[in-house]
Amino acid sequence: MRHTSLFAVLTVLLASPLFAQQSAPSRPGQTDNAALLEKIRELEDRLISLEGQVRILKSQQAPPEAGAQEATAAPQGQPPVAPTTSPTSAAATAVTQQQAIALGGAGGSAAKALNPDISAIGDFISVAGHNSVQPSPSLEMHESELGFQAIIDPYARGDFFLSFGEEGVNLEEGYITFTALPAGFVARVGKMRSAFGKVNTLHNHVLPWVDRPLVTNSLVGGEDGIDDAGVSIQRILPAPKWLFLEATGQLFRGDSGSAQSPLFKASAQSDLSAVAHLRSYKDITESTNLDIGLSYARGHNDLGTNFLTQLYGMDATLRWKPLRRSIYHSFIGRSEFIWSQRRQFPFEQRAFGFYTSGDYQLGRRWFVGGRYDHSDRPETASLTDNGASAVLTYWPSEFSQVRGQYRFTRYAGNLDAHELLMQVMFSLGAHGAHPF
Amino acid sequence: MKNHTFVRYRVIVTLGLLMAGFLPSRAEAKKLNVVTSTTDMAALTREVGGDKVNVEALARGYQDPHFVEAKPSFLLKLRQADLLISVGLQLEIGWLPPLITQSGNPKIQVGAPGYLDASQFAEILEIPQGQVTRAMGDVHPLGNPHYWLDPDNGRRIARGIANNLAEMDPSDGAYFQQRFEDFDKRLTAAEQKWDEEMKPYRGRKLVTYHRSFPNFAKHFGLDVIGYVEPRPGIPPTPTHTLELIQLMKRENCRVVLVEPYFDLKTPQSIGRETGSQVVVYLPSVGGEKGVDNYFQLFDYDIGLLIKAFNATK
Repeated sequence: MRHTSLFAVLTVLLASPLFAQQSAPSRPGQTDNAALLEKIRELEDRLISLEGQVRILKSQQAPPEAGAQEATAAPQGQPPVAPTTSPTSAAATAVTQQQAIALGGAGGSAAKALNPDISAIGDFISVAGHNSVQPSPSLEMHESELGFQAIIDPYARGDFFLSFGEEGVNLEEGYITFTALPAGFVARVGKMRSAFGKVNTLHNHVLPWVDRPLVTNSLVGGEDGIDDAGVSIQRILPAPKWLFLEATGQLFRGDSGSAQSPLFKASAQSDLSAVAHLRSYKDITESTNLDIGLSYARGHNDLGTNFLTQLYGMDATLRWKPLRRSIYHSFIGRSEFIWSQRRQFPFEQRAFGFYTSGDYQLGRRWFVGGRYDHSDRPETASLTDNGASAVLTYWPSEFSQVRGQYRFTRYAGNLDAHELLMQVMFSLGAHGAHPF
Repeated sequence: MKNHTFVRYRVIVTLGLLMAGFLPSRAEAKKLNVVTSTTDMAALTREVGGDKVNVEALARGYQDPHFVEAKPSFLLKLRQADLLISVGLQLEIGWLPPLITQSGNPKIQVGAPGYLDASQFAEILEIPQGQVTRAMGDVHPLGNPHYWLDPDNGRRIARGIANNLAEMDPSDGAYFQQRFEDFDKRLTAAEQKWDEEMKPYRGRKLVTYHRSFPNFAKHFGLDVIGYVEPRPGIPPTPTHTLELIQLMKRENCRVVLVEPYFDLKTPQSIGRETGSQVVVYLPSVGGEKGVDNYFQLFDYDIGLLIKAFNATK
């Protein structure tokens, strides 16, 4: 179909000079030339619009039905229903397939267009220094994260993040997001990082530090965090125009945290865990904004069904980024306060922890930051660890990053640790952008 | 009893008020809500949409459209949008997709009728041939996305948008068509003026910071001989800057164009070395006060260029 019209346009284009030659002598040339110019311009426009449609078809990440339909629906004004039964879209699909056979290379790229976006992110960490409480390996390929992301159909998209350690694989996240639900709801089903606070939602490669804060490690399940299989539903709440308010509710199986010291553990099928998050956001000026969230999580801990752990969190983020110089300067200040309530023998432990951090972008490639850590231990709240870090980050490009972090930790009982962490991260392929 | 009538009265009044509240809002609801990723698409939509559409752009005109923050406040706009117009060609890949997903608005999802990728209407330049790798920098595999700086493309995009609006709101189809024809007429007249003004400078050489100028250069017959960035998205390096200075001296090129969101340090040192004019040009509507529509954008940039060309004769 598209082929034929392209051909027709070309034929007309080629034929028109002939006509011009034949008719030119018999008519006043001036007006005729103008008309011809007009005609050529129109044909040029048509050619460009056809090129555009071909480009869209080739690059469309959605299934071919949806893409072809978008292109064919335009001239015919046909409502987008029942894509597979609609004859026009079926024809268009057939054309795509024909192209695949006829054009070889181009067809290959058209077929590839249906592949998900594939990305790999390497995270290499080396640690020097002395830490008798929580020693880290000297050199480690800490994580290799594989991402597969695509639009599934007009109603949903899918995201997979597999995280490889040096040995063993872990499904960090794998979920479907339903984007076309009524009443503005967005739902997710699968395994995902829960919406508890800020750091818990972030993948390693988007953290502003090499490590995670002490309070995350002690109270919120460490590096894995609250990352579990379940369902999530979120919606923007009605609010005054200047305020963004969003609520998220999540229900999980009830297994979170590291294998050695789980935060939540489902001893019985009914030991589900739940997370709720309320996020408010306000633009103070066009370059400054404030983001404040409240979180709650509950689940059963490793002592059994009768032992609950509840977490309360508050997070605040202040961002500054001047729009005219957005690639050169920015600042993010962030704090999270977390209270843990853990039932255990002989009585409940109430622990508290927080971190405060600031990161300033010095130039297009340089970032400097600091973080202060404080956290009680969840099982023995009277033991408190403190720490402070200084971080320097360099970006050769958007796709690689070198980072150094000096970390001082004073563990409970005045055990001091001084460590220097070095990290190299690199990203291959098309890694989808992360939510703000 | 009396109480009862009072209640009934109250119910009627409330209903009446509700209806009164609804009626104008329904009349307003007929207006299509259009959100565009950049100000240029908003400007073109305003030209053809007139007062039958509400148009809002997410990014500002003086902002680098590659690196916009996906702010939650954008979600408030997106969730009420009937139509989202993007520049496409992966220009917004770093920020628009998560916003679309989070918006909870089925109308504007990719593939839905309310998602319009404007690049399909335009002539696209610099489509990479052969294999694309990141060694080329942050290259756009589908072609150069800064395509709106050619009045002919502006016309094509406006026509595409007008057709799309007519499809979504057939009762106003004639209105959009008429607005487009009017825009077309004004643009053709302006284009003649611009072509005339730029005629003496055809073939003049210049350097731009980022590859955001090919369509403008092609339309007005200018010759972009180099870029301050060694590769798209990679900040200037000393070696590349030296090479560029030598190239400019050799080619007698003495105009450097810089987008408003780039640092002027390197361009200014190039300017000093080569005796060039360093000009902050506007790639987008809204980049400066008084540049509020598509016509003013060209007026502004052409004015700057002519001044720079004359100063470096």
